[in-house]
Amino acid sequence: MTGPLNDVRVLDLTQHVAGPYATKLFADFGADVIKIERPGGDPSRRLGPYKGGTPDPEKSGTFFYFNTNKRSVALDLKTEGGREAFWRLFERADLVAENFRPGVLEALGVGWEEMHARRAEVPLVSISNFGQESPYRDYRGSDLVLYAFAGEMYSTGLLEREPVKMYGTAALVQSGSAAATAMMGALMAGRYQGAGQHVDFSIADSHLVGVDRRHATVMGYQFSGRKTLRSPGAAVGMLNGVFPCMDGWVDLQGGGPRFARAREFLGHPEWMEDEKWDDPAIQMNPDAIEEFNAWFYLWLSERTKREIWEAARRVRFLCGPLFTIDEVFADPNFRARGFWTLARHEALGEVEIPGRPFLMSETPWELRRAAPLLGEHTAEVLAEAGYGADEIAALAATGAAGVRS
Amino acid sequence: MTALPLDGVRILDLSGVWAGTFSTVLLADLGAEVLKQENQFVWQPNTRAVPGPRIPAAMTRSGPGWITGFPNGDPGERPWNYHPMFVSLYRNKRSFTLDIRRPEGKALLGRLAAISDAVLENSAVGTMEKLGITWEWLREQREDIIFLRAPGYGITGDYREARTMGAHLEGTMGHQLLRGYAGGGPNSNSGIFAADYIAAAQIALALMLAIWHRNNTGKGQFIEMAQAENAAAMFAQAYMNYSLNGEVEHAIGNRSIYAADGEAPCGIYPCRSEGEGGAETGDDRWIAITVTGDRDWEALRELMGDPDWARAPELATAAGRAARQDLLDERLAAWTVGFADMDLFARLQAAGVPAAPVMDSSRVLDNPHVQARGLYVPRELAREDIGVYHYPRPLYEFPDSQGGIRLPPVAFGQDNEYVYRELLGVGDEEYQRLTDEGHIATAFSDTL
Repeated sequence: MTGPLNDVRVLDLTQHVAGPYATKLFADFGADVIKIERPGGDPSRRLGPYKGGTPDPEKSGTFFYFNTNKRSVALDLKTEGGREAFWRLFERADLVAENFRPGVLEALGVGWEEMHARRAEVPLVSISNFGQESPYRDYRGSDLVLYAFAGEMYSTGLLEREPVKMYGTAALVQSGSAAATAMMGALMAGRYQGAGQHVDFSIADSHLVGVDRRHATVMGYQFSGRKTLRSPGAAVGMLNGVFPCMDGWVDLQGGGPRFARAREFLGHPEWMEDEKWDDPAIQMNPDAIEEFNAWFYLWLSERTKREIWEAARRVRFLCGPLFTIDEVFADPNFRARGFWTLARHEALGEVEIPGRPFLMSETPWELRRAAPLLGEHTAEVLAEAGYGADEIAALAATGAAGVRS
Repeated sequence: MTALPLDGVRILDLSGVWAGTFSTVLLADLGAEVLKQENQFVWQPNTRAVPGPRIPAAMTRSGPGWITGFPNGDPGERPWNYHPMFVSLYRNKRSFTLDIRRPEGKALLGRLAAISDAVLENSAVGTMEKLGITWEWLREQREDIIFLRAPGYGITGDYREARTMGAHLEGTMGHQLLRGYAGGGPNSNSGIFAADYIAAAQIALALMLAIWHRNNTGKGQFIEMAQAENAAAMFAQAYMNYSLNGEVEHAIGNRSIYAADGEAPCGIYPCRSEGEGGAETGDDRWIAITVTGDRDWEALRELMGDPDWARAPELATAAGRAARQDLLDERLAAWTVGFADMDLFARLQAAGVPAAPVMDSSRVLDNPHVQARGLYVPRELAREDIGVYHYPRPLYEFPDSQGGIRLPPVAFGQDNEYVYRELLGVGDEEYQRLTDEGHIATAFSDTL
C-alpha cells in the first residue's frame, strides 16, 4: 500500500453518499476502511445507474463509485453476535465514522459513551443532516432538501422561475469532502494527543457556513439589508457570459480590463479597427454591446467550443467549453494526464472511473480494489480479529453476520 | 481541554480566490497557524474584494448584497478588510505583507518557508515559475517541506495555462450541462462556486495527509491538484452512467437522478408569500420536497387529505410515480401554495417526509437551527470600526478543544509585527526600512 494512511484502520458505519465519499477518500489514500453493512447492505446499492439499467445491488454505479478500496463486512448490529463482532473490530480501529440518524448508534448499543469508555483514544465522527443537537435533529434530508435549506439555492436560477439545484448529489459530495477533513483532524487528535473526540458533523452546517456563496449572502444582507436574488435573465455583456457556438456553448469572461485583448482573441477582424473599441467605457454602452454581439455571434457560429477555448487560452481570458459527458470521457488532455482509472469488478466487469482527486508525489492515490460485494470480506476481517472458522459460521447461521460463500 | 488537532502546524499561504482562501480557513479552524502572504502592490483578483481595492460608494448602494453590500452603504477606505464576499474567508488566520517579486522579499519568504510545515498556492501556471518559487527552491529552504499547487487544470497537459474560475472548469467537466432547468439552456444558469468548495476541502485534506506522512517518515512531498479533475466526484453518477451504459445525462432541474429508484416526486414547490412582493423583492417562498419511496408517498398523501387524484393506482408504485412526475409536480404545487413554508416544513417533517424551505439570505440568522448551533457568532473586527456583525464559525467543532472563532477576520497586514519581529527577528531599524521600501503595509498601494 502506497497511500499516506496505510497505518490507519477505519470502522465505517456510513451509508448513502456523503459519509461513504468521506471514507472513500480515506480508503483511496491507503486506509483500511472496513465498511460495516447492515443486512441487505448500504441502501445506496439500490440507487442507479445500474449496468444495463436493471436494478441489482451488486451493479449500482452509485455504490461502486463511492465505495472503492473498502472492505465490506455484513453485520446485524441488532443481534448480540453482531454487536460483539463490532466491539472486536473496534479494538483494532483508529477511527469510527457513522451517519445514522442521531440516537440510532446509542439505540444499537454501540454509542459514543461506550466507545469512549472502552478506548478513550479512538475518535468518532458522526455525520448527520442537521447535527446531533438541533431542533431539527430528527428531520430527514436529501441532497435537494439540505441544499435548499442550507446552501445558496435561493439565488440560483432565473428570477421568474423556481430556484434550481446542482447536479445529482453534488451538495452531499461537497459535504463529504468537508467531513473528510473532520475525520482527518479527529484522527490526528487521537493519534498525537491520545484524545478521542466525538465530532458532530452536520451536512446542513457545512453549507450554512460553507464556501459556496451562503456566507457571502448572509454577510451582504447583514451589512446592507439587501437580499441576494435570482438573476432576471442571462445578462450577456461584451465577451462576458455563456455563449452559443457552432457545436454547443462556451462560458467566457473576457470583459473588463481583459477586453483590451479582444482584437487578438477575435483574430484582428476588420470591424474592430475602429478606435472606439479602445475606450473601456464602451463596454457599458447598450448600442455598442448590440453592435459588438452582432459580429461576435457570427464569429461564434463559425467556431467550435474547442477552437474558442484555444483562442481564449492564448489571450488569457477566463473560459470553459461546456462539454457533455461523452466529450469529457473522450478529451485527450484528461486521458494523457491519467485522470481515468480502469477498475475490474466481479459483477460489473471493467469500468472506467475518475481516478485520483489530487496527485501526491510520495504517497499516491491507488485503486487497490473495486467496491466490495456485500459481505465480501466478512470472513476475512473477522478472522483477522481473532474469530475462528467455526465462530464465523455460527455468526452466519444466526444471521448476525453475512458471509459471502 | 486539549489542543486543536493542527496546533503547532504552520502553513505559509500563497493562495487566493475562494478555493485556496477557504482551504486555509479549514486548516486554521483545526488549529494551524496560517500565515497569509499579501502584497500591497499586487491585487489578487477575487480574493479580498471585487472589483478592486478602491470601490466608489455609489457602486455599493444597489445591487446584490453579497457583491456590493457594505455597512452603512460605505465601502470605506479599506473595503478589502470586510467585503461581504470575502470577509468570512479570513477568520483564525494571520495576515502579513511582503513583496515577493523583489529579491529581498523572496529571501524573507524563504526564511518563512524554512519555519513552515507546508506552502500552498493556486495561481495560474507560470506565476510561481516567474517568481522562482518552485519545489526545488522550497526544499532548499526546508528539506521536509510540503508544497501544494492547485491550478485549474494541473501543471501538465494542454490546458495547464488556461485561466479559469470554478464556473468555467465546471463547464469543462460537464456540470453546466448537467445542472439547471430541464431543457432550459445553459445560459439560464447562475454562476456558482461548487468547484471552489470541493477543491478547498480537498486541498485541506491533502495537506493533512502529507503532514501525517511526514510525521510517520520525516519526508515532505509535492502535491498537485487539478481543480477540474477534483470536481469530478460531484458528477460521479453521470460519469458512471456513461461508463456503464454509454448514456449521456442532461439537466433535469430539481428532480432526483434516483427517480426510478423511488425518489419521485422531488422538487421545489411554491408556498404562500408572506410579504407584499414576489421574487423581485425576495418575498417569494418555496419548499423542497423529496419523496424517497412508498412510505414517504403514503405519508404525503395522508397529509394532503388523501385526495382522489393521489389515490390513482398508477401512483402507488415508485415506477408509476417516476413516470408521472409532470402530473405530480403540478398537483403538489397546487397544494403547497396554500401554506406558509415554515408551517408546511414542520408538517411534512412531522410526517417523516424530507422537506425544507428554500431559505433566502435574510432568514438565516433568525432560524432556530442556526441559532441552536451557534453558526453565526457576533464579533467586532480588530482594525475596522464597523460595529458588531455575525460571522460564520467553523463548519464543525472539536468538543474538547477551544475552537470557534479564535481570531475574527484578519485585516490586510494585521500581523506584520508578529511575522517580522517575532518570527523573523527583525529589529526596529530594519522594520522601518522594510516599511519604507513597501514590504510592510496595512493598505494596498495607491498605484493599483
